[in-house]
Amino acid sequence: MTVVGTTKNVDELTLTFVAEFAAPVERVWGVWQDPRLLERWWGPPDFPATFTSHNLVAGGAAAYFMQGPDGERYYGWWAIEAVDEPNGLTLTDGFADETGTPDPAIDPSRTIVTLEPIDSGTRMTLTSVFPNLASLEAMLEMGMMEGMTQALEQVDALLA
Amino acid sequence: MVVQTEDAVRTDRLFHALADATRRDILLTTLRSAQSVTHLARRYDMSFAAVQKHVAVLEKVELVSKQRRGREQVVSGNVETVRHVARLLDALELVWRERVGRIDDILSEGSTE
Repeated sequence: MTVVGTTKNVDELTLTFVAEFAAPVERVWGVWQDPRLLERWWGPPDFPATFTSHNLVAGGAAAYFMQGPDGERYYGWWAIEAVDEPNGLTLTDGFADETGTPDPAIDPSRTIVTLEPIDSGTRMTLTSVFPNLASLEAMLEMGMMEGMTQALEQVDALLA
Repeated sequence: MVVQTEDAVRTDRLFHALADATRRDILLTTLRSAQSVTHLARRYDMSFAAVQKHVAVLEKVELVSKQRRGREQVVSGNVETVRHVARLLDALELVWRERVGRIDDILSEGSTE
Protein backbone atom coordinates (compact mmCIF):
# COMPACT_ATOMS: atom_id res chain seq x y z
CA MET A 1 0.00 0.00 0.00
CA THR A 2 1.18 3.48 -0.77
CA VAL A 3 -0.47 6.58 0.53
CA VAL A 4 0.20 8.85 -2.41
CA GLY A 5 -0.95 12.06 -0.88
CA THR A 6 -3.35 13.96 1.30
CA THR A 7 -4.75 17.45 0.95
CA LYS A 8 -6.35 19.17 3.89
CA ASN A 9 -8.30 22.38 3.71
CA VAL A 10 -8.78 23.90 7.15
CA ASP A 11 -11.17 26.61 5.93
CA GLU A 12 -13.41 24.27 3.99
CA LEU A 13 -13.07 21.25 6.29
CA THR A 14 -12.16 18.90 3.49
CA LEU A 15 -9.76 16.01 3.41
CA THR A 16 -8.66 14.40 0.15
CA PHE A 17 -6.78 11.17 0.56
CA VAL A 18 -5.15 9.13 -2.21
CA ALA A 19 -3.89 5.56 -1.78
CA GLU A 20 -2.74 2.88 -4.18
CA PHE A 21 -3.25 -0.85 -3.80
CA ALA A 22 -1.54 -3.75 -5.55
CA ALA A 23 -4.88 -5.34 -6.43
CA PRO A 24 -7.38 -4.91 -9.25
CA VAL A 25 -10.27 -2.46 -8.94
CA GLU A 26 -12.82 -5.28 -8.50
CA ARG A 27 -11.07 -6.56 -5.40
CA VAL A 28 -10.74 -3.12 -3.84
CA TRP A 29 -14.43 -2.58 -4.56
CA GLY A 30 -15.03 -5.82 -2.66
CA VAL A 31 -13.79 -4.37 0.64
CA TRP A 32 -16.58 -1.78 0.40
CA GLN A 33 -19.24 -4.09 -0.96
CA ASP A 34 -18.82 -7.11 1.29
CA PRO A 35 -19.97 -6.09 4.79
CA ARG A 36 -17.89 -8.85 6.40
CA LEU A 37 -14.75 -7.43 4.77
CA LEU A 38 -15.82 -3.87 5.54
CA GLU A 39 -16.12 -4.76 9.23
CA ARG A 40 -12.48 -5.78 9.23
CA TRP A 41 -11.19 -2.34 8.30
CA TRP A 42 -13.80 0.37 9.05
CA GLY A 43 -13.14 0.44 12.79
CA PRO A 44 -9.78 0.20 14.55
CA PRO A 45 -8.99 -3.18 16.18
CA ASP A 46 -10.12 -1.98 19.62
CA PHE A 47 -13.32 -0.41 18.22
CA PRO A 48 -14.48 -2.95 15.60
CA ALA A 49 -17.50 -2.08 13.47
CA THR A 50 -20.50 -4.37 13.01
CA PHE A 51 -22.76 -3.65 10.05
CA THR A 52 -26.34 -4.57 10.91
CA SER A 53 -27.53 -3.63 7.44
CA HIS A 54 -25.67 -2.84 4.25
CA ASN A 55 -27.22 -2.18 0.86
CA LEU A 56 -24.68 -0.64 -1.48
CA VAL A 57 -26.97 0.64 -4.22
CA ALA A 58 -27.97 4.19 -5.14
CA GLY A 59 -30.66 5.19 -2.64
CA GLY A 60 -29.57 2.36 -0.35
CA ALA A 61 -28.40 2.58 3.24
CA ALA A 62 -26.20 0.94 5.81
CA ALA A 63 -26.32 0.85 9.60
CA TYR A 64 -23.50 -0.05 11.92
CA PHE A 65 -22.13 0.28 15.40
CA MET A 66 -18.63 0.35 16.77
CA GLN A 67 -17.97 -1.26 20.10
CA GLY A 68 -15.19 -0.16 22.40
CA PRO A 69 -13.18 -2.21 24.88
CA ASP A 70 -15.57 -1.34 27.74
CA GLY A 71 -18.59 -2.45 25.72
CA GLU A 72 -19.72 1.08 24.86
CA ARG A 73 -21.34 1.34 21.45
CA TYR A 74 -21.37 4.17 18.92
CA TYR A 75 -24.05 3.96 16.23
CA GLY A 76 -23.72 5.27 12.70
CA TRP A 77 -25.53 5.21 9.39
CA TRP A 78 -24.71 5.65 5.73
CA ALA A 79 -27.03 6.89 3.03
CA ILE A 80 -25.76 5.79 -0.38
CA GLU A 81 -26.16 8.66 -2.83
CA ALA A 82 -24.56 7.11 -5.88
CA VAL A 83 -22.91 3.85 -6.87
CA ASP A 84 -20.86 3.14 -9.97
CA GLU A 85 -19.70 -0.41 -9.38
CA PRO A 86 -16.75 -1.02 -9.27
CA ASN A 87 -15.53 2.52 -9.92
CA GLY A 88 -16.78 4.31 -6.87
CA LEU A 89 -19.55 5.53 -4.64
CA THR A 90 -20.78 8.59 -2.78
CA LEU A 91 -22.07 8.23 0.72
CA THR A 92 -23.35 10.37 3.55
CA ASP A 93 -22.11 9.29 6.97
CA GLY A 94 -24.02 10.26 10.10
CA PHE A 95 -24.71 9.36 13.70
CA ALA A 96 -27.62 7.51 15.22
CA ASP A 97 -28.98 6.33 18.55
CA GLU A 98 -29.17 2.65 19.47
CA THR A 99 -32.43 2.26 17.55
CA GLY A 100 -30.76 3.50 14.36
CA THR A 101 -32.60 6.84 14.39
CA PRO A 102 -30.30 9.52 12.92
CA ASP A 103 -29.00 12.03 15.47
CA PRO A 104 -30.31 15.44 14.29
CA ALA A 105 -27.79 17.33 16.46
CA ILE A 106 -24.81 16.34 14.34
CA ASP A 107 -24.79 17.08 10.62
CA PRO A 108 -23.61 14.16 8.47
CA SER A 109 -20.44 14.30 6.40
CA ARG A 110 -20.17 13.37 2.75
CA THR A 111 -17.54 11.09 1.27
CA ILE A 112 -16.80 10.51 -2.39
CA VAL A 113 -14.78 7.40 -3.22
CA THR A 114 -13.33 6.70 -6.66
CA LEU A 115 -11.40 3.60 -7.71
CA GLU A 116 -9.39 3.67 -10.92
CA PRO A 117 -7.08 1.12 -12.51
CA ILE A 118 -3.37 1.98 -12.68
CA ASP A 119 -0.39 -0.12 -13.81
CA SER A 120 0.36 -1.34 -10.28
CA GLY A 121 -3.29 -2.05 -9.38
CA THR A 122 -5.83 0.46 -8.10
CA ARG A 123 -5.80 4.07 -7.03
CA MET A 124 -8.41 5.01 -4.44
CA THR A 125 -9.23 8.69 -4.05
CA LEU A 126 -11.37 9.67 -1.14
CA THR A 127 -12.78 13.10 -0.43
CA SER A 128 -14.53 13.80 2.85
CA VAL A 129 -16.43 17.04 3.29
CA PHE A 130 -17.63 18.12 6.73
CA PRO A 131 -20.43 20.69 7.07
CA ASN A 132 -18.98 22.07 10.32
CA LEU A 133 -16.33 21.39 12.91
CA ALA A 134 -18.74 19.69 15.31
CA SER A 135 -19.42 17.09 12.64
CA LEU A 136 -15.72 16.46 12.09
CA GLU A 137 -15.03 16.25 15.79
CA ALA A 138 -17.98 13.94 16.38
CA MET A 139 -16.76 11.60 13.68
CA LEU A 140 -13.36 11.46 15.31
CA GLU A 141 -14.86 11.01 18.75
CA MET A 142 -16.55 7.88 17.54
CA GLY A 143 -14.21 5.65 19.40
CA MET A 144 -11.11 6.87 17.67
CA MET A 145 -10.13 10.14 19.23
CA GLU A 146 -8.09 8.70 22.09
CA GLY A 147 -5.81 6.58 19.98
CA MET A 148 -5.56 9.29 17.35
CA THR A 149 -4.66 11.97 19.88
CA GLN A 150 -1.91 9.77 21.24
CA ALA A 151 -0.61 9.09 17.74
CA LEU A 152 -0.73 12.82 16.94
CA GLU A 153 1.19 13.66 20.08
CA GLN A 154 3.88 11.27 18.90
CA VAL A 155 3.90 12.92 15.49
CA ASP A 156 4.08 16.36 17.12
CA ALA A 157 6.99 15.19 19.27
CA LEU A 158 8.82 13.99 16.17
CA LEU A 159 8.27 17.30 14.39
CA ALA A 160 9.18 19.46 17.38
CA MET B 1 -25.20 10.63 22.94
CA VAL B 2 -21.50 11.09 23.47
CA VAL B 3 -21.07 13.60 20.66
CA GLN B 4 -23.30 16.28 22.19
CA THR B 5 -20.53 17.56 24.38
CA GLU B 6 -19.61 21.12 25.28
CA ASP B 7 -16.64 20.55 23.00
CA ALA B 8 -18.94 19.94 20.04
CA VAL B 9 -20.84 23.16 20.74
CA ARG B 10 -17.56 25.02 21.06
CA THR B 11 -16.20 23.66 17.79
CA ASP B 12 -19.43 24.64 16.04
CA ARG B 13 -18.88 28.23 17.21
CA LEU B 14 -15.28 27.92 16.11
CA PHE B 15 -16.38 27.05 12.62
CA HIS B 16 -18.83 29.93 12.56
CA ALA B 17 -16.00 32.25 13.59
CA LEU B 18 -13.81 30.95 10.77
CA ALA B 19 -16.55 31.03 8.15
CA ASP B 20 -16.09 34.74 7.43
CA ALA B 21 -13.30 36.04 5.17
CA THR B 22 -12.68 39.21 7.21
CA ARG B 23 -12.43 37.22 10.43
CA ARG B 24 -10.01 34.78 8.81
CA ASP B 25 -7.91 37.73 7.68
CA ILE B 26 -8.00 39.29 11.14
CA LEU B 27 -6.93 35.96 12.57
CA LEU B 28 -4.05 35.51 10.10
CA THR B 29 -2.88 39.09 10.66
CA THR B 30 -2.96 38.85 14.44
CA LEU B 31 -1.24 35.46 14.39
CA ARG B 32 1.71 37.13 12.66
CA SER B 33 1.84 40.02 15.10
CA ALA B 34 -0.43 41.64 17.66
CA GLN B 35 -2.48 44.52 16.26
CA SER B 36 -4.49 47.28 17.84
CA VAL B 37 -8.18 47.38 16.94
CA THR B 38 -7.58 50.86 15.49
CA HIS B 39 -4.89 49.47 13.25
CA LEU B 40 -7.11 46.59 12.14
CA ALA B 41 -10.00 48.95 11.40
CA ARG B 42 -7.78 50.83 8.93
CA ARG B 43 -7.11 47.60 7.08
CA TYR B 44 -10.72 46.98 6.13
CA ASP B 45 -13.33 48.99 4.36
CA MET B 46 -15.68 48.98 7.32
CA SER B 47 -16.40 50.88 10.49
CA PHE B 48 -14.41 50.57 13.69
CA ALA B 49 -17.50 49.10 15.36
CA ALA B 50 -17.87 46.45 12.64
CA VAL B 51 -14.25 45.38 13.04
CA GLN B 52 -14.70 45.33 16.80
CA LYS B 53 -17.66 42.98 16.32
CA HIS B 54 -15.58 40.60 14.22
CA VAL B 55 -12.86 40.65 16.86
CA ALA B 56 -15.46 39.88 19.54
CA VAL B 57 -16.65 36.78 17.61
CA LEU B 58 -13.06 35.56 17.35
CA GLU B 59 -12.42 36.35 20.99
CA LYS B 60 -15.45 34.40 22.17
CA VAL B 61 -14.07 31.16 20.76
CA GLU B 62 -10.55 32.00 21.91
CA LEU B 63 -9.12 32.32 18.42
CA VAL B 64 -7.78 35.71 19.50
CA SER B 65 -7.28 37.41 22.82
CA LYS B 66 -7.51 41.12 23.62
CA GLN B 67 -5.31 43.06 25.98
CA ARG B 68 -5.32 46.67 27.01
CA ARG B 69 -2.08 48.45 26.27
CA GLY B 70 -2.30 52.04 27.41
CA ARG B 71 -5.27 53.55 25.57
CA GLU B 72 -5.25 50.83 22.93
CA GLN B 73 -6.90 47.42 22.73
CA VAL B 74 -4.36 44.99 21.30
CA VAL B 75 -5.52 41.79 19.58
CA SER B 76 -3.31 38.73 19.21
CA GLY B 77 -4.05 35.43 17.49
CA ASN B 78 -4.22 32.26 19.54
CA VAL B 79 -2.02 29.67 17.87
CA GLU B 80 -3.32 26.86 20.09
CA THR B 81 -6.92 27.15 18.88
CA VAL B 82 -5.88 27.24 15.22
CA ARG B 83 -3.83 24.15 15.86
CA HIS B 84 -6.91 22.44 17.26
CA VAL B 85 -8.69 22.78 13.90
CA ALA B 86 -5.64 21.57 11.99
CA ARG B 87 -5.23 18.65 14.37
CA LEU B 88 -8.78 17.46 13.75
CA LEU B 89 -7.97 17.11 10.06
CA ASP B 90 -4.66 15.46 10.93
CA ALA B 91 -6.53 13.00 13.11
CA LEU B 92 -8.91 12.21 10.26
CA GLU B 93 -5.98 11.62 7.97
CA LEU B 94 -4.59 9.14 10.49
CA VAL B 95 -7.96 7.38 10.65
CA TRP B 96 -7.76 6.84 6.89
CA ARG B 97 -4.10 5.85 6.92
CA GLU B 98 -4.95 3.12 9.41
CA ARG B 99 -8.01 2.04 7.42
CA VAL B 100 -5.97 1.83 4.21
CA GLY B 101 -3.40 -0.27 6.06
CA ARG B 102 -6.12 -2.70 7.11
CA ILE B 103 -7.59 -2.81 3.58
CA ASP B 104 -4.12 -3.65 2.32
CA ASP B 105 -3.88 -6.54 4.79
CA ILE B 106 -7.20 -7.91 3.53
CA LEU B 107 -6.16 -7.59 -0.12
CA SER B 108 -2.78 -9.27 0.35
CA GLU B 109 -4.42 -12.11 2.29
CA GLY B 110 -6.71 -12.85 -0.62
CA SER B 111 -3.93 -12.96 -3.19
CA THR B 112 -2.12 -15.85 -1.46
CA GLU B 113 -5.20 -18.08 -1.26
